[in-house]
Formats: sequence, structure tokens, C-alpha cells
Amino acid sequence: MSLPFALSIGPLLYFWPRETLLHFYAGVAESPATTVVLGETVCARRHEMKLADWLDLGRDLAAAGKEVLLATQALIESEADLRLLRRIAEQSEFGIEAGDASALNLLEQAGLPFVLGPHINVYSRAALQEYQAMGATRWVAPVELSLDAVGQVNAGGTALPTEVFAHGRLPLAFSARCFTARHHRLSKDQCEFRCRDDADGLLLSTGEGQPFLVLNGIQTQSAATQCLLGERERLQAAGVSRLRLSPAAGNFERVIAAFDAVMNQGAPVAAWLQELAAGAPPGGLANGFAHGEPGLAWRWRAA
Amino acid sequence: MIRKPELVCPAGSLRALKLAIDAGADAVYLGLKNATNARNFAGLNFDDAQLREGVAYAHGRGRQVLMALNTYARADDAGPWYAAVDAAVRLGADALIVGDIAVMAYARRVHPQLRLHLSVQASATSHEAIALYQRRYGIQRAVLPRVLTLSQVGHVLRHTGVEIEVFGFGSLCVMVEGRCALSSYATGQSPNNAGVCSPPAHVRWIEHRDGVEARLNGLLIDHYAPDEARGYPTLCKGRFDVAGQRDYALEEPTSLNTLAILPELMRLGVKAIKIEGRQRSPAYVEQVTRVWRQAIDAAAVAPDRFRVDPGWTAALGHLAEGQQHTLGAYDRPWR
Repeated sequence: MSLPFALSIGPLLYFWPRETLLHFYAGVAESPATTVVLGETVCARRHEMKLADWLDLGRDLAAAGKEVLLATQALIESEADLRLLRRIAEQSEFGIEAGDASALNLLEQAGLPFVLGPHINVYSRAALQEYQAMGATRWVAPVELSLDAVGQVNAGGTALPTEVFAHGRLPLAFSARCFTARHHRLSKDQCEFRCRDDADGLLLSTGEGQPFLVLNGIQTQSAATQCLLGERERLQAAGVSRLRLSPAAGNFERVIAAFDAVMNQGAPVAAWLQELAAGAPPGGLANGFAHGEPGLAWRWRAA
Repeated sequence: MIRKPELVCPAGSLRALKLAIDAGADAVYLGLKNATNARNFAGLNFDDAQLREGVAYAHGRGRQVLMALNTYARADDAGPWYAAVDAAVRLGADALIVGDIAVMAYARRVHPQLRLHLSVQASATSHEAIALYQRRYGIQRAVLPRVLTLSQVGHVLRHTGVEIEVFGFGSLCVMVEGRCALSSYATGQSPNNAGVCSPPAHVRWIEHRDGVEARLNGLLIDHYAPDEARGYPTLCKGRFDVAGQRDYALEEPTSLNTLAILPELMRLGVKAIKIEGRQRSPAYVEQVTRVWRQAIDAAAVAPDRFRVDPGWTAALGHLAEGQQHTLGAYDRPWR
């Protein structure tokens, strides 16, 4: 029996020391996840892992039986960014998750198939068909799309294999400005790589102490951890076949275990949800986008 | 004398359109009264009759009307977006400003003669990205997101045959346009899905003895002392706590103003300069247009002797958000 939901490990969005990162992926290699997306998608200045290092890591994960994809940077600003992109497009060992239109242009012209990353805007069936014509073989829905809309865009799952962002702090926005550096009164060019100090990003709270957002370099994330563990039936109804779990510092193996147990082994959700809520970083859980509500909303009622 | 970029000004209403044209805009941009454009606010924008009249007014004076159709067609009904493309052609708009490839594909198929400008909402930040839209959809101009330095803008220009339009003045969007879900995270509505950011319907002002709270869907975005100037609670321009520091963690309430680098932008070959602000009053649009008309004309005649007239700065400063200006991402230290 094929799994109803394949589990994908999204690209690591934070800047972790190399040892921490390699230890993390060693754990992933042993996990029930089927797909691992590698590469630096947030900041071009983070280069502790060069492309050759990612390729090495990819080979290890492939040897452990994982499908490996290389993701391209979401925000392309310089010719150096484009050079890295071209090198990723030219390697032939792994599939590619396209991060922006620059990648799409290269990949379509090279005649290479690709996965559409979550930062490429697909809000309608017609748009998805255009990307399919360019060579998209799978798509990760934009985070603000509701599950109803996902089902409409992908024709209930019959248009293209569909992945949604199922667990982790949501990548909500990108900027030219590095907010982590700015917080430390540093310029982006001399940032001292301070984002390495924040394994799950730097928490931003409202004036009343309510966790709201997270600063992760040029990326702004949700403070709340999106969690679709309780949405099995709605995910199926929307034709979703893959769930993206976004790497986090604490307890990630339990996150994978939870999704495998609930989504694929039919384990009851309540106890697992409780565990994931207890282990989440400040901000709690959210699933509002899935319901067509503000993304930070959380709606859960035990059946 | 160097080539003058077009001055592209915002028209949230017919009155703003006429004042912008009279004050020297080469083109105005506007949207329909629905979710197909990214300034979907009550009381703004054009119905068919107003658009027809606006086009007649502009064309009668040798100017152009660009129609913004720059949100993403909805999954359950893309019809209004396609109808808006048809309306642009029927009512005589000179170009469509589009962000969604579904809309581009429709326009290209049904109205191949229609000029397409790539909206800033398409997030094309490199010449490779622009090349995709040129090759597949024949776009003739691209509006750059407000994330590139001046030298990066130059690099794009040297590697594309597509006309480049950049933002010159107005509210500063700190995030890459078309890729920001902060507003929908807080309120359910965003520029991409509803054409709004930090929508007014979710804003509450709550008076206290020690000042005023500005809330967005219940979230405290800012708190003003009784004598402090208040800004609109756009959520990326609020004051928040990060590691015990209360500050404008993302951006101050400030306006982008590129007058100081206008000759450089012109030398690079920028085809058009866009003024932000369809949500602003007709009087605002008129005053900003007048200043920029003078500045572009002066820079074209003598770029090397160009100086920002203190009168212009004073006039714009009066109109700027928080009375503050920044060069934004054009200037490296901002980043």
C-alpha cells in the first residue's frame, strides 16, 4: 500500500552551525520522511554549506533512500545569486525546487522538470497549468492559500501532485533588509552572521507580549507554528499528497513521528497534537490559513 | 540632455487622474472597483464610465492610462480578472499592469496587441526573471520591486531589452511585493489575495488615559503617547518587542524618495518612474506630480548640475509618511 501522504522535509530556513545541521540530517535519514529539500533559500551570505557540501549531503540522503531536491534561493538580487542558480540548474544528480521566476526561466529553457516552491504564486488552476507547461511536475501551495482553494487549483489532486506546508513556522515575507542585523544595529554587509545565534529565529512580540512574528534574516516568519496534523480528512479532500515539515531546532524527530503516526498509521490525533503544542517554540500552534482565516488562528475540536 | 523617463502617477479617482495629467504626469495608472487591483479600498478606483472619461481626458492631452490588474485570480472564479482584461481593451487603456501569469496568458491569447507591463506584484528581481515573462507573455515593461540597490538596477537594465520602471516616491513597501503574507497572517486579507494590506476594516483605535492603541484584528501594532503623531497601523511599520527592545523592528513609518538619485536613475536608462499612492488624495497626487515634473525636466536638461531644490523637498516632506524620507534599498546602508 502506498502511503496516503508522503512526508517532505522542507529546506532548513535558519542558519545553523555545520555540525548541528549535519546531525539534524543524520536524524532525517533515519526517519520515515520520503523527500528532503536541501539548500539555502533565505540568505546568500550564509555560506557555511557550499553547493558541493549540499551535494555531498544529498548523496548521503539519497543513499539512505530519500528523494533529494535542491531548492533555489527565493529572493535573487545579484549576478552572484544567478551564478549559483545556474550551477544548481546544471547539476544533474538531483531534482530542483524552483524558488523564483529566475529559476523558472533557466529550467524551462534547459527543458528540465522541477517542483514549484511555495514562494511562487499559484492562486488558480489557470496559473498552475501555465507552470505545468513550463515543466512543473509538482507544486508546493503558497502558504496563504486555504485548503479549499488548494483543492480548486489542483482539481482535487488530479492536476499536479500537491504539497502543503504542514508543520513549522511559516515563511511569510522576504525583504532586501536583514531584520536580524538591524536588530543588532549592524548593516547587512557586516552582519556578523548574528542569525546563527537564533536556532528558530528571533521572536518579535506585540507591545502586550503576544508572540507575533519571527525575524530570520531577510525573512519574516510567523511566531506560531503552523500545524495541520488535525486536518487529515480536509487534506485528502483537497487532493494533497505531500506534507511539508519545516525544520526546527527542538524535537523535530517527534514532529516527523507525529505526522507519520497520524497521517499514515491512523493514530488518534489528540495526544500527538498535545505533544506538538507542548514542544512548539513560543507562539503556539496555528492552522488559520488552511481554513481560509487569518493565518495565526487556531481551530481544533476533538472529534 | 538625457532621455526623460516617463512620470507615472497614481489615480485613485477621476479627480486625481485629471489633476495628475494637468500637473504633468506622462501616464496615470488606475484600477477597477474590485479585487482585481492591489488598492481595493472603498471609495477608490474606477467604474467603466469613469475609466472611459479618464482615458478620453488623458488621450486628449497626449498622455497615457495604464490599468493595474495586479492581484491574483481567485481559485474559485478567475472570471473577474479576465473580464477586467477585456474591459481594459474595450475602454482604451494603453497598457495592463499584471502580476499573475494566468492573467498574462489570457491577455496574450485574447488580446495580442495589448501592451503588458509586469507588475511589481510579480516579484521579478532579476533579468532572468524578467526574461521569463518577456519570452512567454511578451511583456514590454517591468516594474522592479523595491529591493534592489542602484547598481543592481543598473545590472538588470544592462541585461534586458524590456523597459524598466522603478518606484520614485511614496509609501515604502519593505517586503518584496507579491511575496508578503504578513497581512493575511494577521487579518486573512493580503495584497495577493484581496488587494489590500493591513485592511482598514480590521483597524481599531482605542483611546486610553496614557495614549492611543492602534490594533489590527486585535493585535497591538502600536501605542502612541497622547502628544505623539499617529501613523496608519500598517503591520510592518508598527512598534514591537524584540529581545526586550521596543522599536520599529521592521521599518519606521517613512516614505521612499529618490529625488537625490534621479540623474543616476536616468543615466542607467530607467524608462519610467512611478509615484506610489492611489489611496492618497487628489491634492496629494497633484502636488507630488508637480514636484516630480519639475525635477525630471531639470535633470534632463542638466544632469550634472542637478540639485534637489529645497522647495521640492519641503513640499514632499510635508506629504511624506511620518514626514520622513529614505532611499530605501537603492542605498546600501538601509539594508
